Amino acid sequence: MGMEGIGARVTRKEDKRFITGRGRYTDDMTVPGMAHAGFVRSPHAHAKIKSIDTTAASAKPGVIKILTGAELAADGIGNLICGWMIHSKDGSPMNMGAYPALAQEVVRHVGQPVVVVVAETAAQARDAADAVAIEWEELPAVVDVTKAIADGAPQLHPEATNNLIYDWEIGEGAAVDSAIAGAAHVTKLDITNNRLIPNAIEPRAALGVYDPAEEHYTLWTTSQNPHVARLVMSAFYNVAPEHKLRVIAPDVGGGFGSKIYIYPEEIVCLWASKRSGVPVKWVADRSESFMSDAHGRDHVTHAELAFDADNRMVGLKVDTIANFGAYMSLFSSAVPTYLYATLLSGQYVIPAIHCNVRAVYTNTVPVDAYRGAGRPEATYVLERLVETAARELGVSPAELRRKNFITEFPYQTPVIMAYDAGGYEASLDAAMKAADYQGFAARRADAEKRGKRRGIGMSCYIEACGIAPSQAVGSLGAGVGLWESAEVRVNPVGTIEVLTGSHSHGQSHETTFAQLVSDRLGIPVDNVSVVHGDTDKVQFGMGTYGSRSGAVGMSAIAKALDKVETKVRTIAAHLLEASESDVEIADGEVRIAGTDKKLGWHEVCLAAYTAHNLPADLEPGLKEGAFYDPTNFTFPAGCYICEVEVDPDTGKTEIVQFVAADDFGRLINPMVVEGQVHGGVAQGVGQALLEGCVYDQENGQLVSATYNDYSMPRAGDLPSFDVSTTETLCPGNPLGMKGCGEAGAIGSPPAVINAITDALGNNDLTMPATPQKVWQLAQSAAG
Amino acid sequence: MANVTITVNGKSESREVEDRTLLVHFLRDHLGLTGTHVGCDTSQCGACVVHMDGIAVKSCTVLAAAADGAQVVTIEGLADGDELHPMQAAFRENHGLQCGFCTPGMIMTAVDMVQRHGGNLDEKTVRHELEGNYCRCTGYHNIVKAILDASGKMGSAQQAAE
Ligand code: FES
Ligand code: FES
Repeated sequence: MGMEGIGARVTRKEDKRFITGRGRYTDDMTVPGMAHAGFVRSPHAHAKIKSIDTTAASAKPGVIKILTGAELAADGIGNLICGWMIHSKDGSPMNMGAYPALAQEVVRHVGQPVVVVVAETAAQARDAADAVAIEWEELPAVVDVTKAIADGAPQLHPEATNNLIYDWEIGEGAAVDSAIAGAAHVTKLDITNNRLIPNAIEPRAALGVYDPAEEHYTLWTTSQNPHVARLVMSAFYNVAPEHKLRVIAPDVGGGFGSKIYIYPEEIVCLWASKRSGVPVKWVADRSESFMSDAHGRDHVTHAELAFDADNRMVGLKVDTIANFGAYMSLFSSAVPTYLYATLLSGQYVIPAIHCNVRAVYTNTVPVDAYRGAGRPEATYVLERLVETAARELGVSPAELRRKNFITEFPYQTPVIMAYDAGGYEASLDAAMKAADYQGFAARRADAEKRGKRRGIGMSCYIEACGIAPSQAVGSLGAGVGLWESAEVRVNPVGTIEVLTGSHSHGQSHETTFAQLVSDRLGIPVDNVSVVHGDTDKVQFGMGTYGSRSGAVGMSAIAKALDKVETKVRTIAAHLLEASESDVEIADGEVRIAGTDKKLGWHEVCLAAYTAHNLPADLEPGLKEGAFYDPTNFTFPAGCYICEVEVDPDTGKTEIVQFVAADDFGRLINPMVVEGQVHGGVAQGVGQALLEGCVYDQENGQLVSATYNDYSMPRAGDLPSFDVSTTETLCPGNPLGMKGCGEAGAIGSPPAVINAITDALGNNDLTMPATPQKVWQLAQSAAG
Repeated sequence: MANVTITVNGKSESREVEDRTLLVHFLRDHLGLTGTHVGCDTSQCGACVVHMDGIAVKSCTVLAAAADGAQVVTIEGLADGDELHPMQAAFRENHGLQCGFCTPGMIMTAVDMVQRHGGNLDEKTVRHELEGNYCRCTGYHNIVKAILDASGKMGSAQQAAE
């Protein structure tokens, strides 16, 4: 089965339904009697709700029910939580303000849900929502983090004085200070990591169905982790007890982090279904997505990287202010701490690192993990510093990196992470070769003749994937364990269902997970079905994010397969009167080594179920489950090189070449891996060149609230990418996998900005590098 | 209310709809053809592209009433029974989709693109022609590859037919 096993470019099993229009997304679901929800959202960034009058709205056609935060509170529906406790450096717990699913008394960002209208059609629900009259008392708003922590700033939550959620640190401050004091050279940068809006093309949606006879709830929703949604709704929001709540995440049209969280609208649809007596569906329109999906990034940072006289890194000091928006989203607190500061060592030996992070409330949409989550921010800080240092020191950026690479593993960084394996020179060399780095000078000279400025930029990223050992994350404040579960059900005819707690919303699990089974048991991938995304079918699972489905999810499947194989060996040895240790499972057969004795795979499976002739004490059937708890993070790493041409007359940047050389450990399906890198790079290039969430600084209005105003990469904005891999196996999991979902978004932004600043000979550039900014720099450089 | 008759995937469909009903909602809500998707409210994502009288249109930007009497083909009507359209096959062969949400609109746009260019497409043209379609998953790399692949095959098929 080498053709379909690990490492094969198997075309996807899931594709047929998508290319023929038979995908089943949440908005495609209808149930009898279904009504529709429309939300009244805050038009203000910060305001008191003085009164809500629903009289006119109630009289509108089709209206079934109108509900407000008061009813939500009366029913005991709990506030939204942040599931990761961070303590400030003074030992105090983070300052979390109340986050109700429908606002009560105060609204804190434009777009916050205040009232829900349930009506017969979606259009009627919206019409009636427009007729709800709310009297507001506007309050001053603040959207900028530096202003939010200044004296006299508008205060968002009584719990958070000066809007400060926490003031956290990691590393040895004194050691870093003395390294900087004694350094031969210190590179300093002020860095903004621009706020992004995830924009999965499928908008969020929910369909809540309450069955009064069974007192049972069903929620179809656009979730990356339906079991976590059920757990949180049950344990914290009191929507329904866990055994009375079924959460189904059917086909989901992209997530990138934004569909991890359990949002107000999903809670409200379930609750409103009980309150109104009808199934309630809500589908975000794109404008609602812009102002209600958790945003990403948004850091302001000052960083200093110190070198000795031999250009070796001796210390890194980072001070970051992270914008959390108006409320703490589900995993928000972990993003600028344990997913960010712990990666600041990058691929380098840096003996002393210190990072301070202040988390701050502002009157903006809540911020949480978005593709990469903290790691893009860390990579951007470090790789901008290294490239800038090379320019300041007058040395090759590639050689400065090479000189400081970690080359021996395991390597303990000063910021918690212990890298288990890597080969950073190999990916650097591979990328430089693919990019013809040596030939750049000639290409630049040629561009100059055409009136273009050509630049090249590099980024050597590391990330931590496969989150993560449960005990470790527990000790760092996580409210959940981050293992994964799997069940392998072998049918009497030998076909297989794999039930997984991972969730695919584009990641190709139906194919790659089947490839693993095919590889192990020698049966065709077509004989394997992957079942996911339904809490009634899969016992439990932590879902898909942080590039964990391979390293953690597939490891759980591998563990379950071990148990299946063990039982198959026992049965086959019994039937063929041989020793278990001589049983081989391959090519759809179960054979006894060194003999011609064998059974078909299906014959052994059938024997397990007929149970006519099993060893004494062996249970009939063939179904095994496993929970896999990782022993460490995995550490994918790589080198990205971007080459640009800037037109100084228009400020337009064209990416003329983009090379990615990644080390993801073992690849299950290279075609799928390349696709993940393409998509990640596109999002990273989007961040670098095009995407930026804009708020009005005075009134807190979201200015970039449609595709007219928020520029996402289109096909014409991007080149084709040159993607390749190098390989060091991850020693920490049975498959040697590391994770590939986020690398592209992590590694690419600094490569792009390093290239443009190289082209312009001016380092003073913030993301997104719009033509306007680039043109201004080009003009000043020309002058 | 308006009485609307539209031939969808070869079948005549008559419904009484609200005047404001968009073609995409006619297809999705009234006919249950949920392959055509809605990804935005400003006519920019292209998830909703269908063919109307042989031309690619964004069905979120056409009133059902305006399509009265038209011939509409959706993603569900593209394959010939069990035989995939070459563009559908090319998207699968080239991994031109991940989450699949943009895919119906991409494929319908791509078929129209190839038909207009008679199979004479290059990467630059394809990228330019895709300006009305967003994909957030694939970075377009494999979508462009898939379209060029299918364009070659459809082009030779067209020639062979002539
Ligand atoms: S739904 Fe976005 S263009 Fe039609
Ligand atoms: S495949 Fe997901 S948006 Fe294109």
